[in-house]
Amino acid sequence: MVNVAAILTVVAGLLLLWTLAVIPMNIREALTEAERAGAAITPATAPERRDAGALSLVVQNAGQIGLTYAQDRPRLPSPAQVIREFYNSTLDEEMNGRRGIVRSGSLSNAGLVLHTLKTIETTLYGFVLGAVLGIALAVGIVYSRAMDLSVMPWAIISQTIPIVALAPMIVLLLSSAGITGLVPRAIIAAYLSFFPVLVGMVKGLRAPDHMQLDLMRTYNASAAQGFWKLRLPMAVPYLFASLKVAIAGALVGAIVSELSTSSTQGLGARMLQGSYYGQTVQIWAALLAAAILAAAMVGVVGVADRLVRRAMGGAA
Amino acid sequence: MMLTLLALVIWLGAWALNHRLSRLNAPWVATVAPIIFGVTLLLMWELLVRGLNVSGVILPPPSAIWVSFMRNLPTLWQDLVQTVFKGALSGYVIGVIAAFVVALLADRFAFLRRGLLPVGGFLSALPIVGTAPIFVMWFGFGWQSKAAVVVAMVFFPLLVNIVAGLRDTTVQQRDLMTTYAAGYWQVLLKLRLPAAMPFIFNGLKISTTLALIGAIVAEFFGSPTQGLGFRIDASRGRLALDVVWSAIVMSAIAGSLFYGLVALVERAVTFWHPSQRK
Repeated sequence: MVNVAAILTVVAGLLLLWTLAVIPMNIREALTEAERAGAAITPATAPERRDAGALSLVVQNAGQIGLTYAQDRPRLPSPAQVIREFYNSTLDEEMNGRRGIVRSGSLSNAGLVLHTLKTIETTLYGFVLGAVLGIALAVGIVYSRAMDLSVMPWAIISQTIPIVALAPMIVLLLSSAGITGLVPRAIIAAYLSFFPVLVGMVKGLRAPDHMQLDLMRTYNASAAQGFWKLRLPMAVPYLFASLKVAIAGALVGAIVSELSTSSTQGLGARMLQGSYYGQTVQIWAALLAAAILAAAMVGVVGVADRLVRRAMGGAA
Repeated sequence: MMLTLLALVIWLGAWALNHRLSRLNAPWVATVAPIIFGVTLLLMWELLVRGLNVSGVILPPPSAIWVSFMRNLPTLWQDLVQTVFKGALSGYVIGVIAAFVVALLADRFAFLRRGLLPVGGFLSALPIVGTAPIFVMWFGFGWQSKAAVVVAMVFFPLLVNIVAGLRDTTVQQRDLMTTYAAGYWQVLLKLRLPAAMPFIFNGLKISTTLALIGAIVAEFFGSPTQGLGFRIDASRGRLALDVVWSAIVMSAIAGSLFYGLVALVERAVTFWHPSQRK
């Protein structure tokens, strides 16, 4: 109960800080607007204001603070503006918009829902690809010493190479082989999600101690039985812990892939367009969508974790 | 055709060699085996690209990349300075200091910790890369905006790790410090910070990669006419793929060195920890 109160306090504090920061961040644009509307501003001319500090401008023009929250293209939109934009580009756009699903029968290209679905698609394909690759490599590494020695160091090095640098080349290489669209983006997402799974699974598959392995041997269990009945069940908790990291990584990878492959759809593409056209509120709304998406995906993996544990007879 | 076959033969041969080596129990095997594997990959790449006549505008062979890397070294060095030293490193340092300050505050006040830890954990799972366009808008095209993105990216993973690390002492250890009549700062400096080091270095190592990703992504949204991200973006537009790959090699070297450096410091600082024992 105390925890909930503490979390709410911290979140409220962050929101308050954000709301307060809006005033100095937007004061210059607000004053320019007020000046055009004919209000008296101190200092009166733009060059004088350019050299003044944002805070002193706020103090001298306390009457214009309201305007900082009502900018069309604010440097920092207020939380309320972001939520309004989020609502407008999701529910409102789809229900009432000309291009929304109600009027046109397909999701609106100007709304967030379509872009979010696109990013979910990339993330999930990348996540599955990364998880399968990570598990397969982990099994190989646990069972083959040659693989452990030669592959593991390169897996670590692969993660120190910034994926954003590699991403355009992956796209180019695959497109010359005739593969475009989802696959290259999924591979980029998988690049960031396979490593946590690999590390977690290697740890998990090696979790059984000598006593347990010896017991399997006294039962005359085959290698396959040892894997399916001892190693794999013991690795499950490690697997789910790393899957949570992996799906967050896949989402980052998906967004990075949309940024660096100049896609036209997806949350990353939405941010890119917002950046090109100076639509700050649009960027923030896309960020909010990405945050909700990340929380939902990690949450789903958490629920799956609990269900699997319960099915395996463990404490949920 | 011959070259393609040769590539396959080399692959099988190297794999057999590594398999042999892995049965030896010599300490040098752990160094040699990954090198053999890496060299094999490069040879395969070279031979397959030449054997299958892959065009240089799709995938240049490693030898061509190496030639271009050496030729463009002065430019790449300036890109490295711009992206890594000015952007990523300064952001990394600021982020680490900020995370430390907030972590100490969170550690001092239990209420703050209980609220901040879940929020920080949540925020560190978010795709913070997305803030890059915003920071570029706020701080301009120079290194400042890159540093800001890096700060935002490394702050939360570090915060969560430092706070968790500072709690990693047993009641007995803390009691002992109390019987020594140690004050808050003494307990912090002599017991809790050293005990937190494995956690802190975990966060520091994760953050090295994040820092480079952040600095490079931010350059896609605007940069002065240098920087690894700028070089990749601009050279891709000119189809100068050898330059793109050279920039990738440069960022790979920078990323590996950065990570390796932190890992080395970790070994020196946490020599007492079980994970560092040979």
